[in-house]
This record gives sequence, structure tokens and C-alpha cells, in this order.
Amino acid sequence: MSNITLVESINLALARAMEEDESVVVLGEDVGLNGGVFRATAGLQKRFGAERVADTPLAEGLIAGMAVGMAAEGLRPVAEIQFAGFAYTAIDQMLNHAGRLRHRTQGRLSCPMVLRTPCGAGIHAPEHHSESPEAMFAHIPGIRVVYPSSPAKAYGLLLAAILDPDPVVFLEPSRLYRRFKEEVRDDGAPLALDEAFVVREGSDVTIVSWGAMVHSSLEAADVLAAEGVSAEVIDLATVKPIDMETVLASVKKTGRCAVVTEAPRTCSLASEISANVSEQALLSLVAPVERITGWDTVTPMFRLEEHYLPSTARIVAGVRKLMEFQ
Amino acid sequence: MPVIARFEVRSTQYLDAEGREAGPLPAFAADARALVPDYRAMVLMRAFDAKAIALQRTGQIGTYASTLGKEAIDAALGAVLAKDDVLLPSYRESGVLMLRGVSPHRTLLYWGGDERGNVFPESPRDFPFNVPIASQLPHAVGVAYAMKLRREPRVALALCGDGATSKGDFYEAINAAGIWKLPMVVVVVNNQYAISVPRRMQCRAETLAQKGIAAGIACEQVDGNDVIAARDVVGRAVERARAGEGPTLVEAMTYRLSDHTTADDATRYRSAEELAGQWKNEPIVRLRNWLASKGAWTPADEQALGREVAAQVQKCVEAYLKTPRPGPEQMFEHLYARLPRQYAWQVASLTEEAEDHVEHHAG
Repeated sequence: MSNITLVESINLALARAMEEDESVVVLGEDVGLNGGVFRATAGLQKRFGAERVADTPLAEGLIAGMAVGMAAEGLRPVAEIQFAGFAYTAIDQMLNHAGRLRHRTQGRLSCPMVLRTPCGAGIHAPEHHSESPEAMFAHIPGIRVVYPSSPAKAYGLLLAAILDPDPVVFLEPSRLYRRFKEEVRDDGAPLALDEAFVVREGSDVTIVSWGAMVHSSLEAADVLAAEGVSAEVIDLATVKPIDMETVLASVKKTGRCAVVTEAPRTCSLASEISANVSEQALLSLVAPVERITGWDTVTPMFRLEEHYLPSTARIVAGVRKLMEFQ
Repeated sequence: MPVIARFEVRSTQYLDAEGREAGPLPAFAADARALVPDYRAMVLMRAFDAKAIALQRTGQIGTYASTLGKEAIDAALGAVLAKDDVLLPSYRESGVLMLRGVSPHRTLLYWGGDERGNVFPESPRDFPFNVPIASQLPHAVGVAYAMKLRREPRVALALCGDGATSKGDFYEAINAAGIWKLPMVVVVVNNQYAISVPRRMQCRAETLAQKGIAAGIACEQVDGNDVIAARDVVGRAVERARAGEGPTLVEAMTYRLSDHTTADDATRYRSAEELAGQWKNEPIVRLRNWLASKGAWTPADEQALGREVAAQVQKCVEAYLKTPRPGPEQMFEHLYARLPRQYAWQVASLTEEAEDHVEHHAG
């Protein structure tokens, strides 16, 4: 058991997976000697060699496409895209190949790969370094999209992603990389994919979130508790497929649902969850589902990012609206 | 100012358009009888291709991409690849797949709109038909990387067209293959057209082979209508890759004698004169002339082969036609190793919908 940050837990999970299975390989830009720009792969090349921890040329489409080829040939590649804002050329490979290979060969070839990338705003990074493209990935059939919210979840979910026989896009909340530490047991135990976690129980409203926004949602729940509002907070963890059973069970109990995401509002996962709740729990609802999201604009450069990200106050205001609805 | 680098690009041809020897032949062609299997394969490919077009014209398969004119390249690749090597085809490679042992009825299934056309039980590591241009080349890098990591004497061979060389994936892949000195060969089938856009509109460079120079890898051009040259050049590239000597880019010169696909009409963008001129350069007559001049092929052989390939093609068509349509649940059957429970209702729903549909038509 050690008290570590989220980025350290990623490193620990990668080392554990590489130790246990020699078909696991790590590839990406600067992942070798440099240990990755966030140090998620620090020390791995020294320990496992340059063939298994490979610095690639600077070409994101290649990185994802190579991982498809490696996976089809029996390796378990864990590819890093340096920032989610650079993952768009890799979407071609994820969409046209990673998510389709098993289906289009009717099970003859498969694609057990992981595409890791830091995601989200709030670290005062340069332009294009603060994007939240989870809905773009979630729209791709045949893959999973996982988005942990804490060191222990990052450890267990990354191991699960590496063990999974299908492609997983693993989004890492960069503003949580070093924000807090948590006890993580390096026991090699994966967490279940496709399952949401109820991270705070409550009875008046369900707040659904994932990644770094889980913490803003928990902060909002504290504020709301002081006002006498009991909020249940759900961390989706896997955002494709979405564990709607957990969400619906909660909404049926609370009668109210807010979905919090820092991604732009239109066609966001908040929209998907809202639609599902409306379809499947309409008669339990005492208020319309509230989406608390980033704005429908470009992720701004960092002087404005605090105005872009849903703040605790914005979440609290959204929930108050639900409580006051008549 | 000093010249700091100089490059040259070689081109290989052994048989001219009439099938005359243009120079001393490589050792494998010392006995002409050694090329008879290639000839037979090429004739089968062409007969199969004609049948596939006929099946499209009569509505029995969908859009089909003809292989007319590139048979020598397919035959050469079939001859030089080992069983354990991995082929990464584009969508126009049914010829070489036949030689990998894949039953050609799979090609009909594929163009007949059925994913089972990509099931290759006879060559299970080979990649499926690849439609998005050049996107299979990064896969070849990953496959070759895995082979090298495991110290296996195997080779990844990817095919693409002339248009594909304009894409980033193409350059990213040959560049990476060079960095890691991977056991990888890329064969550019330069058939002079990317649908309607001619070769000169893809790139100002004199050859497409020379794109390998920028990646620091071996590169050469070959007459892709000369099966001896194609076998020689690609064969040497494959063996260099297998021996750990790194990747090669081969530009195989040919001409697309067909439309791009059955949905295309090439008369819109090229002249009848140009096409007629290119028919004088096609690969099958050239090889037959040479084999005949060596006494390795007779008109009687030709007649017997004609009957044989007609029967083979007919067998493929029957295997295709008698393959039952898949059930709608096939859409989900292999989407994931195990379908997430979240999508199970969709399978149930579409199955129910299909049953209603059947009842509606029956009743």
C-alpha cells in the first residue's frame, strides 16, 4: 500500500502489467528516456528496455495504427498520445480499424490495445492542451472509453483496460495527475470496466460525472449538504458503455438528475445520459434532467479556462434549479 | 557548396512487352517451367475477375474493384511470401490472396456485402481487405515491430496504390519502418490512376519509389507487368527484411486496364487510344510469349488451362451463391469479445424486428 498521485498510479499499473505479461509494450512520443511529458512512463524504459518502451516518431496516426497492427499480431500495446488535443488524427485508426477489426474479420483478428491520453482543462497549459473529446471517442462502435477520477481507480481501471480483449481509449484527467494522493495497493487487481461507482450517497438529487469533474461534483455536494440538499454522486468511470443501471437506480430513488461534464454541451455525453434518463425514468423525475457542461465554444486559452470549466458554484446553481423546479 | 547526399533509383525489367528477354535472367527463371505456376495463377485471376464483373452486372454482388492488369504483381507476391509472413492488402488484392490460399469465394462474399469475406481460414494472420486509403500501412509497422520484438524471421508486406503515396499514413509508416529497421516491405501498385486522377497529379517526383529516400530506406522501381522482374525485386526485398536488413519500398509499374470499380466509368477521364496502347503492355501475353519461346507452354496447355480455370471459377461462384445470408445478429456477434450488457437489448430488438419482417413478407 502506498500513498501516491494519479500519475504515479498510472506508472505503477503500467509497470505491473509489463512485469506480468511480456506481450505488453508501451509506445508513444517521449515515453522512453524522458518518461513521458507528465512522467507517466518514468523509469519503464530503464526497467523493461527500449524495445518494450518505444519512443515513436512524432506521428499520432502512426502511433494508433501501429498499435492496431501490434495488437492484431498478439502484443498488448499501450500507446500514449501526448495530449487529447493531438488525438484527432488517431481517431481515424480507432474508428476505421481498432473498433472494427474484430467485427470485420468475424473474430479472426482482434485489437487488444489501449490508447492513453491526458484529457481536460485546468492546468494552465498552452492552446490545444486542454480538450475533452470523450464524446467523439464514445461515438465509435467496438471500443470502450474509460475515464478514471482517482489514483486507485486509475490503477485498477488501467490494468483492466490492458487485460481487456478489445480496444480501450483511456482518458486521464491531467488536472488530477498531481492534485491529491490516495492509498493504492499494487496487487495487480483490475477494477471492473463498464461499471459506475456511487462515490457519495444521497437522497434528493443524483449528480452524474466522470474524470476530474467528479471532484467538482463532490465539492458541490458538500455545499449543497450545508443547504440541506442530499446529493448522490456517481462516477461513471467507463463512459462507453455507460452503466445506466446504476444511474437509473439512483434517479429512481432521488427523482432528480444533473449531469456534469467539462466537454462542450452539444452532443456531449451529458446529452446521451439525459436522453436515457428521460426515456427510462421519466415517471420518477420531478424535474427535467439538468446538463451542467462546458460551453459550446473552443476550449479557451488558460486566462479564461476558469470561466469555461463548470465551477462548483455552477454545479450548485444547476442543482438548486432542480430543487426549485415546480 | 559541397554536395552532401546523392541518390539514385533503379528500375528492373527482364521481359519486354513482347516477352523477349531484355537481359540476363535471375537464377529462379533459368528454367522457364518454374514460371508456369505463376502463369496459371495469372490466368485464373483474370478469369475470376471477369466473372466477378459479370456477377456485379447481373446484380449478384455489389460494387467490385477489378484486378485487370495487375496479375503479375499479385502472382509475384504470392510466389515470394512465406506462409507465416503477413500480407496487408488494399481492396484490390484478391489475386494475391488466392495465392495465400484464401478461397476466392471470400472475395465474392466481401464484394457481395458480407463480412465473412474477410475470414481467411487458410491464411489467418493476413489482414482483411482495406478500403480507407493507406491506413493499413501503420498496421504493417505494428505487425513488423511485433515480429522483430519476438525475433521471428517473418515479414510484413503491405500493398497500396499510387494515390496512397500522397497520404500522411504512407510517409509515417515508411519513416517509422526505417527508424526501427523493421522486416517490412511496401509495394506501391502504381496503376497510374487514383480513380480519375492521373499519377502526375499525385506528385511532382519522377518516381514514387524515391519517396523511400526521404525515409532513409531501400527503394526501387520495377516493371510490375513483368512477373520475373516483380518476383526478383520483391523477393529480394522480402529476403532482406527477413534477414534483418530493414524495410524496402517497391514501386511496381502497371496500368489499371479496368474502371476503378464497377461504379466507375473510366471513359470520362482517359482516351480509348491510351487504353489500347496499354493493352499492348499487359502482363499475361508477355509471359505466355516468353514461356512459349522457351518451349514451356503450348496451345494445348492453354486450352486445358482455359477449361480448368472456368471450372475453378464456377466452383467459387457456387460456393458464394450457396452461402446463406447472415442473420442480423451478426452485426453484434463479433463487435466485442463479449458484448457489453448495455447493448444486449439492441440485439434482441433487431432480431425481433427481423422476425416481424419475415412474417410480414410471408403473410
